[in-house]
Amino acid sequence: MTGQMTAPAAKTRPGVVVGQMAGPRVTATKLAANLVLLVIALLFVLPMAWVLVASFDAGATLSFGLPEAVTTANFSAIMTPELTWLPLWNAFVLSAGSGAITVVVAVLAAYPLSRYRMRFGKYFLYSVLFGTCLPITAIMVPVYALFVQLNLLDSLPGTIFFMAATSLPMAIWMTKNFMDSVPISLEEAAWTEGASAMQALRRVVLPLMRPGIAVVFIFVFVQAWGNFFVPFVLLLSPEKQPAAVSIFAFFGQYGSVAYGQLAAYSLLYAAPVLGLYVLVTRISGSAFALAGAVKG
Amino acid sequence: MALTSRGAARVVPLAPAVVLLALFMLGPVVWSFYGSFTNASLTGPAALNPEWIGLDNYTALIGDPDFPKSLWLTIVFVFLSAVVGQNVMGIMLAGLLRSAVKPVRSIASTVVVAAWVLPEIVAAFAAYAFFHSEGTLNTMLGGIGITGPDWLYSTPMLAVIIANIWRGTAFSMMVYSAALAEVPPELTEAAQLDGANGLQRLAWVTLPVIRRSISTNLMLTTLQTLSVFTLIYVMTGGGPGTDSSTLPILAYQEAFKFAQVGYGTAIATVMIIVGAVFSVIYIRALRPEVD
Repeated sequence: MTGQMTAPAAKTRPGVVVGQMAGPRVTATKLAANLVLLVIALLFVLPMAWVLVASFDAGATLSFGLPEAVTTANFSAIMTPELTWLPLWNAFVLSAGSGAITVVVAVLAAYPLSRYRMRFGKYFLYSVLFGTCLPITAIMVPVYALFVQLNLLDSLPGTIFFMAATSLPMAIWMTKNFMDSVPISLEEAAWTEGASAMQALRRVVLPLMRPGIAVVFIFVFVQAWGNFFVPFVLLLSPEKQPAAVSIFAFFGQYGSVAYGQLAAYSLLYAAPVLGLYVLVTRISGSAFALAGAVKG
Repeated sequence: MALTSRGAARVVPLAPAVVLLALFMLGPVVWSFYGSFTNASLTGPAALNPEWIGLDNYTALIGDPDFPKSLWLTIVFVFLSAVVGQNVMGIMLAGLLRSAVKPVRSIASTVVVAAWVLPEIVAAFAAYAFFHSEGTLNTMLGGIGITGPDWLYSTPMLAVIIANIWRGTAFSMMVYSAALAEVPPELTEAAQLDGANGLQRLAWVTLPVIRRSISTNLMLTTLQTLSVFTLIYVMTGGGPGTDSSTLPILAYQEAFKFAQVGYGTAIATVMIIVGAVFSVIYIRALRPEVD
């Protein structure tokens, strides 16, 4: 992660007069700022450091502390098909499935919204914005009741489509913003050569917004991978549940004794998300890409 | 609008999105309003064929001492952890990062963002271990001779509020970093030459310039915090008793632990209405970007 955050303006400002006037005070302030930041970083890292250290600790407790003996036994203990690999595979199917559906549907929807002036396009965008705001945990009880009526409870495809739908508003919003930055003149050239709108979308627009599509896909994937509440409510049989739910079941069964294994499982499950986040920062060239996209 | 064949062809790509959103987003919302007027339950005959019971769930809500308590806990949780905690921490961090040297800046922003990027269940475990009576916090307090309480039982709201600030500050920090980068340096320099101190510059120059980012961020963090479930559920389970049961926890427990889906749906409907009010305010603020 690069952490590029200073504005270019801040680096290039002349500041000769100001610098001379307030020299020693500015250095003292800067020193204080750096110290405060280091203290905050230390406080923020402590809870996470526990997960990392406990996973390699032979006698892990709930408190952060140097391990008595470093071991990988916690990892080998949990690496069984039913405990780890199947839930991780389920998480992958859920995340990749909802990511793929979301991207395809969002690209299709974003195209007319980005390219045509439609009278109801504005209202559609308002409803999409409204959808991004809807607290999903608030609708989970009615969603459960709806899934009972539709006979979709404990169905992996049903859950995938539901997760795709909940990430769709944000995905449409992001995709439209990415698409708006592709100049329309390139498509007009394709149109004059007789290409249909969909052909122009596939051959001209999509190749130009590949990084944007990757960001949207990873965004949805990461959200689905980390989602606990939705699969917790909608998927009932253990062999269909993703890692987020099975890790919670593990916590309920062995969590009060096998802290090291719980930490190892957590680390294994969190690693792909951390990797993908680094990937997004590389693609979009900014550590704060996801929040920037969220901001619209 | 007369739908010509060309107009129709333009609308077709929107269809999959409309179907998905109507079925899985609008459907549950409509169902929520309907279901809250029924005696739907988790199992038994009332699960598949719920009966219409009118306003009974809502009168029960008002009579139930757990509901006003839960509503109050939700307000406290959202106000202290999002409106105050995440926003003040976020803007403070964004400001500090600007005057830090590069290695410190990278370390601090990476660590804060990592807490936000972690899957919520892992973040919840980490916070649980931190605040547990035998956890890191009490070990540290023990190191300076203080015997810490069992935070998760004696002060559950304090523990989940701090955990949520830890978890969510990164978002505000990123939004405010972007906003501060766009404040013209001439403005603050001019104020400095006029003799304004740091706090005065913040209050009279910086904050007014980034006010739009502030209102957007306040709305978004409020909505995100309103729907926090996993963090509280893992750390305290809403307890002890109902001492940390915010509305999402209460709705879940009524529907799935006590099998009263209709009653849980009534709580969900209240949350949807609260969320909708905040959303409308937020969307009005964003109007220029749509038009």
